[in-house]
Amino acid sequence: MDVVLVNIVGVLLIIAIIWWFWLGPKHSAVKVVSAVDKLQILVKDGVYEPDHIRLPAGRAATLHFHREDPNPCSEWVLFPDLEVSAELALHKDTPVNLPAAKPGEYPFTCQMQMYRGTLVLE
Amino acid sequence: MANEQQSVQTVFRLSGVNCAGCVNKIEAAVQQVKGVGDARVNLADKTLVVCGEVDPQACIEAVRSAGYDAQVVQSSERERREEQRAEERRHYEQLLWRSAFALGVGVPLMIWGLITNKMSVNTFVDQIIWGVMGLITLAVLIFCGGHFFSGAWKALRHHSATMDTLVALGTGTAWLFSMLVVLVPHLLPESARHVYFEASAMIIGLISLGQALEVRARGRTSAAVEKLLELQDVSARVLRDGKELDLPIEQVQAGDQLRVRPGEKIPVDGQVLEGSSLVDESMLTGEPVPVKKGAGDSLAAGTLNKNGSLLFRAEKVGSDTRLAQIIEMVKNAQGSRVPIARLADKISAIFVPIVMVIAVVAALIWFNVGPEPRAAHMLVVLTSVLIIACPCALGLATPMSVMVGVGKGAEHGVLVRNGKALQQSCNLDVLVVDKTGTLTEGSPRLTDIDCDGDSNELLQLLASLEQGSEHPLAEAIVSSAHEKKLQLQPPSDFEAITAHGVKGTISGKEVLLGNTKLMQRENIPMGSWAVRADKLAEAGRTVMFGAVDGELKGIIAVADPIRDDAQAAITRLRKLGLRIEMLTGDNSRSAEAVAKHLNIDKVHAELLPEDKERIVAELQQGGERIGMVGDGINDAPALARADVGFAIGAGTDVAIESADITLMRSSLHGVANAVELSRATLRNIKQNLFGAFIYNTLGIPIAAGILYPVTGMLLSPIVAGAAMALSSLTVVSNANRLRLFKPTEVH
Ligand SMILES: [Cu+2]
Repeated sequence: MDVVLVNIVGVLLIIAIIWWFWLGPKHSAVKVVSAVDKLQILVKDGVYEPDHIRLPAGRAATLHFHREDPNPCSEWVLFPDLEVSAELALHKDTPVNLPAAKPGEYPFTCQMQMYRGTLVLE
Repeated sequence: MANEQQSVQTVFRLSGVNCAGCVNKIEAAVQQVKGVGDARVNLADKTLVVCGEVDPQACIEAVRSAGYDAQVVQSSERERREEQRAEERRHYEQLLWRSAFALGVGVPLMIWGLITNKMSVNTFVDQIIWGVMGLITLAVLIFCGGHFFSGAWKALRHHSATMDTLVALGTGTAWLFSMLVVLVPHLLPESARHVYFEASAMIIGLISLGQALEVRARGRTSAAVEKLLELQDVSARVLRDGKELDLPIEQVQAGDQLRVRPGEKIPVDGQVLEGSSLVDESMLTGEPVPVKKGAGDSLAAGTLNKNGSLLFRAEKVGSDTRLAQIIEMVKNAQGSRVPIARLADKISAIFVPIVMVIAVVAALIWFNVGPEPRAAHMLVVLTSVLIIACPCALGLATPMSVMVGVGKGAEHGVLVRNGKALQQSCNLDVLVVDKTGTLTEGSPRLTDIDCDGDSNELLQLLASLEQGSEHPLAEAIVSSAHEKKLQLQPPSDFEAITAHGVKGTISGKEVLLGNTKLMQRENIPMGSWAVRADKLAEAGRTVMFGAVDGELKGIIAVADPIRDDAQAAITRLRKLGLRIEMLTGDNSRSAEAVAKHLNIDKVHAELLPEDKERIVAELQQGGERIGMVGDGINDAPALARADVGFAIGAGTDVAIESADITLMRSSLHGVANAVELSRATLRNIKQNLFGAFIYNTLGIPIAAGILYPVTGMLLSPIVAGAAMALSSLTVVSNANRLRLFKPTEVH
């Protein structure tokens, strides 16, 4: 009885992990749709918030990162495909200037890639 | 909240303010702006301080509407940096405290377990005692490891998993299982009534300790930018109304006159008006020898005035100075990725969920087919795998090395634009070098004067004649005469004969200077001079004939001299395995002579500017990786075409922005330094990646219990926690080793 129960729990766990991280709908990812005003991204507790940003393509933009996380991992934000990186000051707004780029998805991360976000240009 | 808003201050620099009336007008205008708590003008240093959360642009508009102008004064980079460091120190101390508290609970528990071997719950008294221990451990989890849990929870809601997730799951599982044992021991087989509270506390303690050490080691990693920032002076001695005032650097404006005394740093970029001194520019250019500066020469902020007093005019201040640009560029490059990191990127993106699956699978295997006590084994395996698998070391492997490598480059006058350029310079096959200004000094000099009579007398006549000429070689002759302190006379009847030479009368003598064609045209017998001239031409010099009153008096030879250090630099580059090819617009005879002297493999001479790019492209078609060295402006297309473009020559603004690598000094040694640095960095990255990969790929199976049949033991979660803490520390420390890099150049 115990054996069956533990195995079922284990298999359910595996399914849950796969579903939640890969297959499941990512609806809860916060999205900001092309805001005219200041786009602020909070860096706290291991995540960017919002972590999904939509902007019009072909136009330079400025994102404001507000870092509340003392973890040194969050010290830098990188947009590898745009060749942009910035050092984020703690408890302050750091403007990050992005060049005009083609439509597409541009991931941005911290140095260790623990913090992840996606910039969608469309 | 209101309090916090009050403390936000924005400082503006005002212009056009000179009386108390202006002050009132501006203060009144800015008060109207939304969000302004208080606005104060300081007439003495012409600044405006605005308190409150305001839009700076709106304040500037308000000042403008009052008839003045304002600019935001950025808090200086250095201040920001200091705040950052203070914050880091706080974080470090906080981590140490957490670690001490967690280990203070964990270590005695572990020692107790080892000595008495009484970690199981069998009686009601055990339940009470371990229940209390469980609550104490819970306090440790909340106070010392709370951020792991909150981070994990937040990441989970974003469908992402991080290192926090693994730590939280690992320690959480251990605690929950132990609490289950305490509450309902009778439901579990006797062999599995073991508690793991000490593991939770120890893991939190060890990981915090590891992070603390890592924060410290990281601080050292960014030391290069720190060093550059320290070059910026905080104040400058400005001449205003005939008086010398010490002003904060932020208040110096372009056009101000500044004074620097011996032993002081140059505060901003500018041009010398008065005085002369030796200036040590090695901190910016890597050039070891101090440079002599006099009126008209340019000065760069951050360099050191050695022995004389200089009066100069500020030209570029604040973020416009070359030093500021360098800092900006270094910072940007330090954060960039190297192509070699792609693999690590891909892996760490999906790593954590995979590890979670592996942990569950391994736990199930132990539960189903493992030896007794199965429940305990299952838990140990699950916890150990989760903890040891943390990919943070993998994620740190490249950024840490790039950070140190790029910073180290800046110290040696090698500005790398991004990680890609850094990686590509390590395996170049061919280095294509522009001759003028790189191999040679770039300005022709008089090298030989061969005549039958007094050479000074001839030089005096020829230099007098050339005074009015605009020929590039004329300057070499005139400056040589100046060096010898010869008195020059103005020529009369001066005539420049295209493609031949020049002609004129000097104190009654008719003087001619030009090539063989000129001598033929004027019917001057060449005699033995033609042979003597050929010998000099053979050595790569440009030869001209000088005739006085219809008689050939002598020959004069001009050449662009080879740089003192070119030979040594070429030898270094060849030792690094590069083939050197030379590009030049000069005639092939003088190009060959230089190439022969320097031991250069191949020469492409008599080129037009557009040919350079074609040659680079042709070489690339042969499958070779090409580095191109040029002075950044006219060589731009070829530099862009090459796999790595090295812009050489005191780092002009254009070059800093366009080339892959900018060398702050006009020497090929810079290229050799860049290649050596690139190789050292890549080696370091590979060590890091190898270490991190080995750690994760070996660590997981060991934690999963693959060694159990051999050793009869499972990896304790505590050991897994210690290993995980050590792994990133190892990577950061190894990257720090790169700080010891020294180029092989010998001075
Ligand atoms: Cu980790």
